[in-house]
Amino acid sequence: MDIIVPGHGSGGKMMNDLINNTIKSILGSDTIQIDDSAILTVPVHSIAFTTDSYTITPIEFSGGTIGSLAVNGTVNDLAVMGAVPRFISCALILEEGLPIETLKRILISMKEAALKAGVAIVTGDTKIVPKGKGDCIYINTAGIGTVENSVQRRPIVSGDSIIINGTIGDHGTAIMALRNNLSFSKGLSSDCAALNHLIQDIIKHFPDAIKFMRDATRGGVASILNEITKGASFGAKLFEEALPIRDEVKGVSEILGIDPLYSANEGKVVIVADSTYANDIVAIMKKHPEGADAAVIGTITHEFPGKAYMQTTIGGNRILPVLIEEQLPRIC
Amino acid sequence: MDIKKEAVLLSQYTLQTPVAIMEVCGTHTTEFFRTGVKDIFPQGLRLIDGPGCPVCVTSNDYLDTAIAIGWQYHCIIATFGDMMKVPSSYSSLSKEKSKGLSVEVVYSPMDAVQLAVDNPDKKIVFLSIGFETTAPAEAVCVLEAKKRNIKNFFILPGNKLTVPAVKVLLDSGEVNIDGFILPGHVSAIIGKKAWDFIATDYGKPAVVAGFEDHDLIRGTLLLLNLITHANPSVVNEYTRVVRDDGNPKALEILYSVFKKGDASWRGIGTIPESGLLLNDDYASFDALQQFTPDVPPPKEHPGCRCGELLRGVIIPTDCPLFGKACNPEHAIGPCMVSSEGPCSAYYKYGRK
Repeated sequence: MDIIVPGHGSGGKMMNDLINNTIKSILGSDTIQIDDSAILTVPVHSIAFTTDSYTITPIEFSGGTIGSLAVNGTVNDLAVMGAVPRFISCALILEEGLPIETLKRILISMKEAALKAGVAIVTGDTKIVPKGKGDCIYINTAGIGTVENSVQRRPIVSGDSIIINGTIGDHGTAIMALRNNLSFSKGLSSDCAALNHLIQDIIKHFPDAIKFMRDATRGGVASILNEITKGASFGAKLFEEALPIRDEVKGVSEILGIDPLYSANEGKVVIVADSTYANDIVAIMKKHPEGADAAVIGTITHEFPGKAYMQTTIGGNRILPVLIEEQLPRIC
Repeated sequence: MDIKKEAVLLSQYTLQTPVAIMEVCGTHTTEFFRTGVKDIFPQGLRLIDGPGCPVCVTSNDYLDTAIAIGWQYHCIIATFGDMMKVPSSYSSLSKEKSKGLSVEVVYSPMDAVQLAVDNPDKKIVFLSIGFETTAPAEAVCVLEAKKRNIKNFFILPGNKLTVPAVKVLLDSGEVNIDGFILPGHVSAIIGKKAWDFIATDYGKPAVVAGFEDHDLIRGTLLLLNLITHANPSVVNEYTRVVRDDGNPKALEILYSVFKKGDASWRGIGTIPESGLLLNDDYASFDALQQFTPDVPPPKEHPGCRCGELLRGVIIPTDCPLFGKACNPEHAIGPCMVSSEGPCSAYYKYGRK
């Protein structure tokens, strides 16, 4: 079996072969510019620029790989600002011993994700670290998007609607179940997906309706609501009955004592929008595969300013506090 | 009846005098908040948290011993995630892990047995903490380890029984409790009848309740009716899970491996016959008998009031450390870090 060895980082023939025959040939011979930097032409004044590093165990999971995660995560960071994602870089840190076949699968999933999102992978880097100094593979990406509409940030006011494009907590719950070999985790899958087409479609129809949007990754939906309400004169109220959460996610979360509202998503955007357009935005989301389970899940209120909270099924309120640290599974 | 209608009944319930009820179980503590049921309590109804969080009632010397065994005998400590951040006298498992102690979080005791199989050259010490609910599963593991002749699996016995603790609270008369919400999962094992003494011996009503919003609402309504009509009986709301006699098979397995013995409870002290110790037949799995670590003398944080909290004397917000010196990032007492701990629940959900 071919594996990554220190020679792949030597700067010599082995490294060039790896880059040309494996990495570049999969990620895009037509788009990757092998030089010190890629030269890009953009038709606008403003660009959005972002970077992110990806570390995840396991590197392959139901619904994606670290590769698709890296592309979709970067695309989504650009898209939620209202930008159109165009270019991505890909820096790989590979641990000695990683099977080349595994690397290929990850690169292929990256390429597929890039094609689907309509972004070009234009430059990259490869480093090898000794066995034990890395966790199979780390990926750093930077992304450039063109700002073709106004940036989607407007003052939030009481009465605005809180919208999400689908089920909550899928990615985090699936990964936690996988990491711990939970035998009862069948049916769980990451929601890893690019959201730029869905978001662009909303902006096209309602250029001024969106007040705020963010992809609900680490910390989940509750953490985003805490960010936007921090120090604000309004609060964010969710309706428990309206939350789209899969039964499998509910079940595993209940057993582990974790809350799906704090679990990571990798294909979900939380949008705060003028309530006049809320149902229309949901209707547009539903036309996209990533928006099939879209719903209005809450509202901005004057009750409990500065707090995120939830009206439970039976009509009581409970605070959704700021997450202190990682959620840990409980005893029984 | 529709759950929302029952919610309205509860929120509009008229109490002639203030009423204090105790939820014994830590999961109830959290669920009363999480479901919003506590938020719709009628005026005059007060919920007192009881001694039902297994992590919280575990005294400091237990964790001190676990840490000492881990280091001094080069063992892997296998534990439920809840225990990781609980302060010991001088440290915590989480802190010791950063210093290099082998600590593995497991989801079921059987994972710890598997850990022993997968690491034949290492000794695995499982921290056996919990009440009647989890103890049968732990007994099964010991049986399994014996059957498979696994020599490197040990448990540090810390399981406790809920009934003796409730008796101690009632005997002390320290707190005026008008009625009890009793733990559903524990009762599934020991049976509803195990609680009848609350009515017959102490003249108080109690309701065995499940953990979903409708259980909490229905259970609280049932209890308020019993209190209002001065009807001291023990009623089972959680009939879909709890039988009068519990689960005799589980109890049989439990007592084939464990025997009752004294146990030390945080805040309450030693309660006779309230702990589960390994039977002599299984002494070879008992970490306390197989290892003789040098354990430093236990100490409590001087300001920590977890003990009074677990006796129902105070609620979390009565403690001067709550939310200030003691918070989830820097917990001084276990009630702030366990997911079933009252302080954790108040900190997370109770501050509006």
